[in-house]
Amino acid sequence: MERAIVLPEEIPELERLRVGDVFYLTGRVFTARDAAHRLLLELHKRGESIPFDPAGMGLYHCGPLVKRSAAGWRVLSAGPTTSMRMEPSEARFLAAFHPRFIIGKGGMGPATGAALVQERAVYAHFTGGAGALAAKAIDRVEDVFFLEELGMAEAVWIFHVKRLGPLLVTMDPAGGNLYRDLEKSISANKRKIVQRIEKER
Amino acid sequence: MREKNLQAALVTALKQAATRLPDDVLSALKRAKAAEESSTAVRELETILRNAELARREELPICQDTGIPSFFVTAGTESPYLPIIGEAITEAVRTATKSAPLRPNTVDPITGENPGDNLGRGMPLIDWEIVPGGEISIDILPKGGGSENMSALKILLPGAGIPGIKRAVVEHVAACGGLPCPPTIVGVGIGGGGMETLRLGKRALVRRIGSRHPVPAVAALEAELLELLNEIGVGPMGLGGKTTVLSVHLEYAMRHPASLPVGIVMQCWADRRARVRIFPDGRIEVS
Repeated sequence: MERAIVLPEEIPELERLRVGDVFYLTGRVFTARDAAHRLLLELHKRGESIPFDPAGMGLYHCGPLVKRSAAGWRVLSAGPTTSMRMEPSEARFLAAFHPRFIIGKGGMGPATGAALVQERAVYAHFTGGAGALAAKAIDRVEDVFFLEELGMAEAVWIFHVKRLGPLLVTMDPAGGNLYRDLEKSISANKRKIVQRIEKER
Repeated sequence: MREKNLQAALVTALKQAATRLPDDVLSALKRAKAAEESSTAVRELETILRNAELARREELPICQDTGIPSFFVTAGTESPYLPIIGEAITEAVRTATKSAPLRPNTVDPITGENPGDNLGRGMPLIDWEIVPGGEISIDILPKGGGSENMSALKILLPGAGIPGIKRAVVEHVAACGGLPCPPTIVGVGIGGGGMETLRLGKRALVRRIGSRHPVPAVAALEAELLELLNEIGVGPMGLGGKTTVLSVHLEYAMRHPASLPVGIVMQCWADRRARVRIFPDGRIEVS
């Protein structure tokens, strides 16, 4: 079923989403890749505050291509980046900052899966490489942090998005995980193909 | 004058590569969409195609990851452009990073510093093939980090033979899953040693989708691998389906008797390519 979700009004709707649901998101997201995860967690560990409030927002695994003009920032391309790179720190990140959802591509590992259940948060897939479509859905660049230290791709951008999607729920707060199920069929298929190849010897 | 014309053509080609998906890639993606049965696979391909169309219409980068500057040059020794190519490419990258724009991607691996212009030590990456004649062609391949991270070097025992090569490619594509943004184009280098086999695998990616190697036995292996890989079920964006790869391209070189190296280089569905040709009469063409 496809639906629209508008934040912050419909935050409670997020934890009712399950694997296979498709939605279009309106609301705020912040971007964070490897370097931003490290930096924000370092601030948290030292007991320092971070310059924005991630609660009620979504975490977007994205390193956008942005252009600065006299009128302000213009996002040209902003598709998702590979989420798996953030796996080593994502469970700690979720526990520290409580974003309500993650948007990324490729899925994440068991530690993040367990943290999503703990936090009642969801992981939604957006099509990798769909940078132009994502940029079109960003109707406001609200802020940017750590741009000097981290550069354009690794900085934390706060975007307001309007009908970003289609987003597919692939990991949910009930422990559902599309990747885990797919992995079983992929490795069964692979075994059959390899057996056939080995018979050629 | 020569410098200016070549540089302008390269800047045009860099922007074109980032914003316009080649027609052969669009056709392959449309065919894949028609062949898919699962609603998720169809939705992914629809999103991919809508994105490509929007990027082309509004001259937006298809993907935010415009890669690190990578050029494959086939240079005729008699071209008067030969001495100025390296410099022209460097300056074109500097200009296009601002004007296209391209995402500033090059990072110093020691200090972590990003110079912001897609240059720095070792950049741009230029692979040279020097040939007789007066023509030069420069292939541009802006390849994202997600697919580049899935490159693999497998040194097989010579006894593994052709079945061993097939097995290595099947196992690698299955292990990659959705990470390299499938449906992918798989470039496979065979023979030549560790360095050469990966170079061949990457060079294979500048070929058009569906093109076949001129050696019939190699072309047959490409077709067979395409079929095998699409039985794995990874599907568009790794969410399951019939289309895991759009094309398999092999390139090979003689090997040492003791080793059978195989270099596998994955290209995402956003198979962005552009070519600058410099003819013996000095005419420059971007395609």
